[in-house]
Amino acid sequence: MKPFTYERARSPAEAAAAVTRDPAAKFIAGGTNLLDLMKLQIEAPAHLVDVNGLALDRIEATSDGGLRIGALVRNTALASDERVRRDYAVLSRALMAGASGQLRNRATTAGNLLQRTRCPYFYDTDQQCNKRKPGSGCSAIGGYSRQLAVVGGSQACIATHPSDMAVAMRVLDANVETVRSDGRTRVIPIADFHRLPGDTPHIDTALGRDELITAVTLPRPPGGTQVYRKVRDRSSYAFALVSVAAIVQRDGTGRLALGGVAPKPWRDPAADAALREGAKAATTRLMAQAKPTQDNAFKVALAERTIAAALLQARS
Amino acid sequence: MDKPDLSLSRRDLLIASAASAAWASAPTEAAASPVSGPPGTVPSSRVSLEVNGTAHALELDNRTTLLDALREHLHLTGTKKGCDHGQCGACTVLVNGERINACLTLVVMNDGAKVTTIEGLGTPSRMHPLQAAFVKHDGYQCGYCTPGQICSAVGALDEIRRGVPSHVTADLNAKPMLSAEELRERMSGNLCRCGAYSNILDAISETEGVRT
Repeated sequence: MKPFTYERARSPAEAAAAVTRDPAAKFIAGGTNLLDLMKLQIEAPAHLVDVNGLALDRIEATSDGGLRIGALVRNTALASDERVRRDYAVLSRALMAGASGQLRNRATTAGNLLQRTRCPYFYDTDQQCNKRKPGSGCSAIGGYSRQLAVVGGSQACIATHPSDMAVAMRVLDANVETVRSDGRTRVIPIADFHRLPGDTPHIDTALGRDELITAVTLPRPPGGTQVYRKVRDRSSYAFALVSVAAIVQRDGTGRLALGGVAPKPWRDPAADAALREGAKAATTRLMAQAKPTQDNAFKVALAERTIAAALLQARS
Repeated sequence: MDKPDLSLSRRDLLIASAASAAWASAPTEAAASPVSGPPGTVPSSRVSLEVNGTAHALELDNRTTLLDALREHLHLTGTKKGCDHGQCGACTVLVNGERINACLTLVVMNDGAKVTTIEGLGTPSRMHPLQAAFVKHDGYQCGYCTPGQICSAVGALDEIRRGVPSHVTADLNAKPMLSAEELRERMSGNLCRCGAYSNILDAISETEGVRT
């Protein structure tokens, strides 16, 4: 790790201001992804602003019948919350499908959204990676791409977003609340939070440099049967090849989001509209723009089968 | 291409320790506050920790993980460094009662925390029930992952008691079951390269009366 100075922030706006002052500064919360990357010098902040002392660790009811989840609520606490288990089961299931017990005890809600890709070429500093080093090229395209994106990628990057939680947040239409150094706040719909790579894959999200996530809000409970189905190379503690977050109502209508196939949680209104026609119809919509590689073409078929399994589970 | 520097060299540690010694007597505004030394020194911070019931005040390079603080500075070498990237679980300790990977948290982020390591769970003459069960069931071969396995099991069993669900919990709204399937899933963050998993499962199960 490169040496860095360290401070504890006393308010969200003060934390944002501290990061604005120093272009080489970063926020740290759970640290489970950032410290991993700092040890490999993929991230090398010269200053860390510790936000763990901010009172952003509560889950509260909102006036419109939803929930406000503080940015620092740990993954275990969120998955265990009685209201989440009862009304947003897909979120609890997605969280428990990710990482390990130890990591979930430290990883935060905001940090989970902000985690970087696990593309092996992003992690290997001897390889070209436009996300790690803009303009250096992409060794993944034409390389070993079995784990990587089949849809939403670009000529510059085919990395996937690794989060399970974010896929559930996407199907639940969550909103991300932020504050800037001057105290201004804004709300970013989860659909607009993660970016597609285009020709700037080093920019993962819509956040400004001086912007700190304070909470993620969920709208009123959507009802229906909620399912999170994850397919991976081993039965626990592995990233998704394909995952499906589904909310299915009694009349067969509902919504779907996919993980493991794209640079962000993947959802398409046309697929939601086609849900009653079944998995094939929904997958055709979700994968309309798919450009799989030879290595990861299996994910298109696997997505359809995983959606079929999720719908069967939801209807049984 | 530069090779990534994965850990502090012994020389770096000695330099950092010397800097700490030189600055230990400097006046500060508050305990556990970040400290900036003169130019050329490595940024360090003061940290208070309670480890296995004993209070410690340390001044350490900001880069020091909780794992390195335990092993290199408090000489509690029971906690092991495996991958140093949160993938193997060998460094699992309990912080304020919860199991975490000590390699993926900076010690400065844990100021005021209560840490329990394998040395704090039991001693050779007064073993923790899980330690005794691991011995009885031969829950290891080389033993390197064992402290992490045992600390993780203590944390996992407490999570079950507190009603934390898991990936295999059938009913999210019911209390999670104490079953072999649950224990296997909840222990998946602890790898054992010798493959002692079945005996580890037997050991944990016996302490809780689970049939495997």
